[in-house]
Amino acid sequence: MVIAFSIMLPFLAAALIPLIYRRFKNIHLGWFVLIIPVALFSLLATYIPRIANGEVFKKTIEWIPSFGINITTYLDGLSMIFGLLITGVGSLVILYSIFYLSTKESLHHFYCYLLLFMGAMLGVVFSDNLMVLYVFWELTSVSSFLLIAFWHHRKASRAGARKAMTITVSGGVAMLAGFLMLYVASGTFSIREIIANLDVVQSSVYFVPAMCLVLLGAFTKSAQFPFHIWLPDAMEAPTPVSAYLHSATMVKAGIYLVARTTPIFGGHEVWFWAVSGVGLLTLFWGSFNAVRQYDLKALLAYSTISQLGLIMSLFGLGSAALHFGYSTQSVIYTQATFAALFHLINHSTFKGALFMMVGIVDHEVGTRDIRRLGGLMSLMPFTFTIAVIGSASMAGLPPFNGFLSKEMFFTATLKITQLDIFSLDSIGLLFPIIAWVASIFTFIYCVIIVMRTFFGKIQPDRLEKPPHEAPFGMLISPFILVAFVIGIFIFPNVLGHYILSPAMASIYPMFPSAEELTPHIAAWHGYISTELIMTFGVIVVGVFLYRTLKKWRPVYQLIPQSFTLNAIYERVINSSEGVSGRVTNRYMNGNLTYYFVYIYVFFVTLLAGYMIYADVFSWDPSKDSVIEPYELVLVFVMIAAAIAIIFAKQRITVVLLNGVLGYSVAFFFVVFRAPDLALTQLVVESVTTALFLLSFKYLPKLKNEYISKSWRFAKVTISIAVGATVTLIGLAVMNYDRFEPISKYFEDSYDLAGGKNIVNTILGDFRAFDTMLEVVVLFIAGLGVYTLIKLKAKKGDADVESK
Amino acid sequence: MKVNDVILKSVVRGVVFIVFTLGMYLFFAGHNAPGGGFIGGLVLGSGIVLLYLTYDIETVHKGMPFDFKKVAAIGVLLATGSAIASVFFDVPFLTQTDGYYNLPLIGEKHLSTVTIFEAGVALTVVGTLVTIILNISEDE
Repeated sequence: MVIAFSIMLPFLAAALIPLIYRRFKNIHLGWFVLIIPVALFSLLATYIPRIANGEVFKKTIEWIPSFGINITTYLDGLSMIFGLLITGVGSLVILYSIFYLSTKESLHHFYCYLLLFMGAMLGVVFSDNLMVLYVFWELTSVSSFLLIAFWHHRKASRAGARKAMTITVSGGVAMLAGFLMLYVASGTFSIREIIANLDVVQSSVYFVPAMCLVLLGAFTKSAQFPFHIWLPDAMEAPTPVSAYLHSATMVKAGIYLVARTTPIFGGHEVWFWAVSGVGLLTLFWGSFNAVRQYDLKALLAYSTISQLGLIMSLFGLGSAALHFGYSTQSVIYTQATFAALFHLINHSTFKGALFMMVGIVDHEVGTRDIRRLGGLMSLMPFTFTIAVIGSASMAGLPPFNGFLSKEMFFTATLKITQLDIFSLDSIGLLFPIIAWVASIFTFIYCVIIVMRTFFGKIQPDRLEKPPHEAPFGMLISPFILVAFVIGIFIFPNVLGHYILSPAMASIYPMFPSAEELTPHIAAWHGYISTELIMTFGVIVVGVFLYRTLKKWRPVYQLIPQSFTLNAIYERVINSSEGVSGRVTNRYMNGNLTYYFVYIYVFFVTLLAGYMIYADVFSWDPSKDSVIEPYELVLVFVMIAAAIAIIFAKQRITVVLLNGVLGYSVAFFFVVFRAPDLALTQLVVESVTTALFLLSFKYLPKLKNEYISKSWRFAKVTISIAVGATVTLIGLAVMNYDRFEPISKYFEDSYDLAGGKNIVNTILGDFRAFDTMLEVVVLFIAGLGVYTLIKLKAKKGDADVESK
Repeated sequence: MKVNDVILKSVVRGVVFIVFTLGMYLFFAGHNAPGGGFIGGLVLGSGIVLLYLTYDIETVHKGMPFDFKKVAAIGVLLATGSAIASVFFDVPFLTQTDGYYNLPLIGEKHLSTVTIFEAGVALTVVGTLVTIILNISEDE
């Protein structure tokens, strides 16, 4: 229950913000928001010892039990890592944002979205049910959309937000399809239960398609090649958002999903190649492209892409251990997974610090362009320190935590070449080579960050503000993060034992002991290992390439601009917008008659078509009750009114005749003893008539347009077809028995729902879900009418979109 | 509509009271007799619309200083909130319960949580109905 509450807490807080933000004008809203992640972090931290002992915490709240959709919270080692990252980095980012964002910004929106995101993210990592996980997963996309577009007056922000949303949500929908296939294969949405019934799932025909679809979701979310193009554009978000969502948490949701589903899919050849292959490709492509960037934030974005690829590829390598099941041999390969989890945490520390560093530079100097920066070392010594530590860790240099995990990464790629499955003996050699080359580029861009920003000559005339050190508050968060960077290097095994080891146990549930899966992390192995030589090589070649950067930079011009993935994405989006715009304009021509034609033709084809297809048009008058004379009278009144409407010359006559029809129907309800329906019909009829009369003077006069004969004929045909369909369906319903009648269910409405009025118990109890959503629809429709009428764009606002 | 229609105004003054009473009755009677949140809300809403038709907006607003958009929003929150609330009692979403309680002064009464849900429905109907009609009539 505590975990379910911790998911709810950010949402509750987000709901409270609109109520409180006006009260505290003088205090930065962030101070109040800060309480929440700090509290959640402390709460989770109390669970660490028990999780390290191998306990798991599970709690189920029923949601839609009939479909197996329940809110099951599940806290184990793996979700613990992510939970701690979300709340821990969340606290630091909020603390940082207090100094970064001025109170002039619309902070209540910002923190509302941020809390929504935090809750959604916690929901993703703590959910055991795939459907619930999906809901939270898409919620992270939506909240990230809102955060990227936070400065929504800028066109680039809106475009970036749309791009991120388009790509991650399409991946999410694919993932949903994958989840449904898993459900079909296993009969459950619970990840635990699917793992328990692995044999059934793995022998299903849906196994590989489900795997691919789930991977699609994970790859889009974690910005893997070729879906990585959204991440650099997402950098339009305020820097605290970039540090939080686009490096530490949301982009790692895909990695979480891969880790979480490794027990299900791991060990399969497709999984191994897809995850490790795409990961390595992303690692290389990201690091290669990071070197060409001039904007520090774009550089960090590409570096994040590449680091995510690194972690992803490690999970792929580690999944190979599951191929043969448990043995002392396969345990060696689980070390790749260990390295992945280790690097996951390290990446959050150093990348978080680097993003905050860039934010500080941007904030104090006014630009992030490395062509305009330089020489800031003496002016911003603290920021410089953060940059050096963060970059060195990212480049994989000692004495920082990035060194340890990078060494382990090299080890994993070297080890995997010895594995003789999946034809690794022939192309497995590529793994360490790609890893090494990508590390060289990583080294180069890390050098670029430090050298081009802090060394060289300062160019005060090209900066927007005179440079000076950041306020103390802004430095706290990055300093805490770099403290972790060093602390983890000194005591890596504390982390290994308490945090990583239980996570290993949840990724390899069928391997017996967590102790065996936890290697001892050491900075110095006592001898010169191949990994260490590779690191030396990275430094030597990296320094050489950095020196000669100007000479080989033209390499980047080799791919023409129009063939980049980004250009292709733009083309697809623009052309589909154009085409759909033209198609829509063709049929949405503003003429109400046409709209009715579409609706009625669709209605007749679908309903009459189905009834004919199912052959259920039958009418047995012998079962009908006797028709009373007054019923005949009512029918004739209705017929007369209906016919009169066609020939009416004035709109008021039409309105009144329409009213006659409505009231006659109400009469029928009375006659047939349906007082609820009669009441509703009467009131609705009165209200619509009132509405009609209100808007009467705005409606044009009925006029006799010239209508061509064929069109007239078509209209008459459609009208008759609609009337005939409705009549025939009404008659056929009497004999329809394909579905079980639900009347029995309502006979004991009093016992089940405590109400004697069946109609009301249907609305309020048996089918309350419909009613609830109808209420929501009604509300949204009302808002729609309100905005359409009230919030018309004023003159001169028309070009607001093109700004 | 600036016509000073004395008869209409006098009649409405009495009728609105009856309409509101009927609306409240329908709302509470709902579970066991014809009525319920939707109809109750519609009747109350049409009563309010009647007031707006007879008197001008400022006058009615003085008597009923509600923002009907907010009324509708509160209704939606009440309906969805009562649905979610059941989760906290460890029963499925949207579960309703009822029972007989011995209340002081009025004796034994049948109380049901569905009333809260229905109240949400009613408020949404009233809020949306009045919002739409007011906006259409105000539009220049």
